[in-house]
Amino acid sequence: MSFLELQNITKVYPNGTKAVNETSLNVEKGEFVVFVGPSGCGKSTLLRMIAGLEDITSGEIILDANTINNVDPSERDVAMVFQNYALYPHMTVYNNMAYGLKNRGISKQEIEDKVNEVAKLLEIDPYLSRKPSMLSGGQRQRVAMGRAIVRNPKIFLFDEPLSNLDAKLRNQMRLEIKKLQRHMGVTSIFVTHDQTEAMTLGDRIVVINDGIVEQVGTPKDIYSKPNTKFVAEFIGSPQMNIFNCKIDNGIAKIDNNSINLNKSINVDDASIGIRPDDIQISNSGSISCKANLVEYLGSDMIIYSNMGDQEFSCKLSSKIDVKSGDEFKFDIQPSLVHIFDNSSGKRID
Amino acid sequence: MKKVQFKSSYSQYFFLAPQLLILLIFLYWPIIQTFRDAFTIQDAFGFGSYFAGFDNFKFIFSDPSYYTAFKFTIIYSFVITLITGSIGLLLAVQANSVLHGKNVYKTLLIWPYAIAPAVVGVMANYFFSERFGLLYHLFNNLWGFNWYQDVFDAYIYVVIAGSWKQISANFIFFLAGLQAIQKTVIEASIIDCKSNIRRFWTITFPLLMPTTFFLIIINITYSFFDTFGIIDTTTIGAPGSETKTLVYKAYIDGFKGLDLGSAGAQSIMMMLIVLVITIFQFRYIEGKIHYN
Repeated sequence: MSFLELQNITKVYPNGTKAVNETSLNVEKGEFVVFVGPSGCGKSTLLRMIAGLEDITSGEIILDANTINNVDPSERDVAMVFQNYALYPHMTVYNNMAYGLKNRGISKQEIEDKVNEVAKLLEIDPYLSRKPSMLSGGQRQRVAMGRAIVRNPKIFLFDEPLSNLDAKLRNQMRLEIKKLQRHMGVTSIFVTHDQTEAMTLGDRIVVINDGIVEQVGTPKDIYSKPNTKFVAEFIGSPQMNIFNCKIDNGIAKIDNNSINLNKSINVDDASIGIRPDDIQISNSGSISCKANLVEYLGSDMIIYSNMGDQEFSCKLSSKIDVKSGDEFKFDIQPSLVHIFDNSSGKRID
Repeated sequence: MKKVQFKSSYSQYFFLAPQLLILLIFLYWPIIQTFRDAFTIQDAFGFGSYFAGFDNFKFIFSDPSYYTAFKFTIIYSFVITLITGSIGLLLAVQANSVLHGKNVYKTLLIWPYAIAPAVVGVMANYFFSERFGLLYHLFNNLWGFNWYQDVFDAYIYVVIAGSWKQISANFIFFLAGLQAIQKTVIEASIIDCKSNIRRFWTITFPLLMPTTFFLIIINITYSFFDTFGIIDTTTIGAPGSETKTLVYKAYIDGFKGLDLGSAGAQSIMMMLIVLVITIFQFRYIEGKIHYN
């Protein structure tokens, strides 16, 4: 039995919207799981159901061998970090962290020891007597983390905690969260819409779309073998190139170019996907295209081009000399191509 | 921002004139007149007046009915502030957590705010009339309620009449205050604290303090000044002069008793009282409030 089990969780709002549909998931103890998906896909709703802030329409949530569907949020032994920090504005940093403990009737001395210990860990001990309004965004984020940590919960729930921070601070906090989680070994669920965050943080990633889990797997699995066309397009930056085509006996036809997929399959309505960095330019390449636009990124560059009416991009080392308007030649290796059936959106192997 | 600079130094006075004129006639002139009245004694038949120094003030301080009105006004404003504040808060909290028909509750609870105090007084009259008043007879059966004779019963009458409409005002502001509290802060506290009541007093209420402070001032000002119409349409000060507010007494003494000197002195005293209360509140209460 896993530490946290979601069994056929469904959430239907009173207005009839189905936010989460028959979702099942197992999370092991100490694991860092990231829910990722576009906004409105139901990932936050799922997290909030685990926290107890949202009713569960049907299904069961089991935490540490107890069904927690009807357990009060304060007694589920979970801690949550919110996107906008959600600190109590009228309380000092110390009281913000101590509030949950006070309500559980823990002794004053114990609370003090705990808060001080966590404050030191997060380097917020100089600010314990300040109010949240006197702190910077990054410091507030730490306090929110501290408030979660002092409770010593069974599970941490992060609801897009980094999206209010600027880019630099976000990267720094991302690293810190990862380190902290490793250090404490607390099971964590992290919700984000940012696939980079998901890839870097998660032991496992759960890609959610439209209330349905599209794929669960390690970042590497998901990147190298996306189960569905949605996952293929959502994970990876720049986005995977998708070409609509007809596959005839293993040959995909895009515009005037034929790509041999080395597979004996026939699909009338298919998509083939290739990551921009998997396209290899060489003078002996069999496909020739015109570079419509070249974006220079320092070490890399991105070439935007098209085959017929289907646009695509390639990412390559900027040492290669291609300018806007140039013709360039490249090959597509069959082993790097992802094939999807357009009618089901599923991967074809 | 674009700043427009006018060359003429007179045109602005031209545009300000209508507003200034209204202020002069309806605000500053009466204030000056009040001060003049307060320090003069008028001939009973209107033949002139003479400067009296502080005689008018000495007179009101030696007048027991002034103390009665003073006492009543203080009790009245305290009770009204407390009752309207707490019921308004209770209703706002309840209406805010209603899931269905929220707007119906809101609209119905806000309606009484639109009714003029004098009309409220007339309506209260129907409830407390000895002949056909529903509440009069209900209370009368319970403990022999008779506001015509009993001071305490008369207090109940004017407090109910005075509170009813003001509860709506408190309700609106508390509801707005509640909705201004970040939803996630409340959610964080749901995870941190099991008891609804404890959560309310440790999180929600402290975050409502700016609204509460504002409403205390509004409620005191209301019970001092705006209840004039209610007193005048309900007890008219009965029994005796026990339910006369300071404003009502100043009006009765000045316009019914034609003692403009005393009325002027009373007005100035009232101004001082409000001044003191407001200074006290800003000094000692506002500093303890957290503004978001």
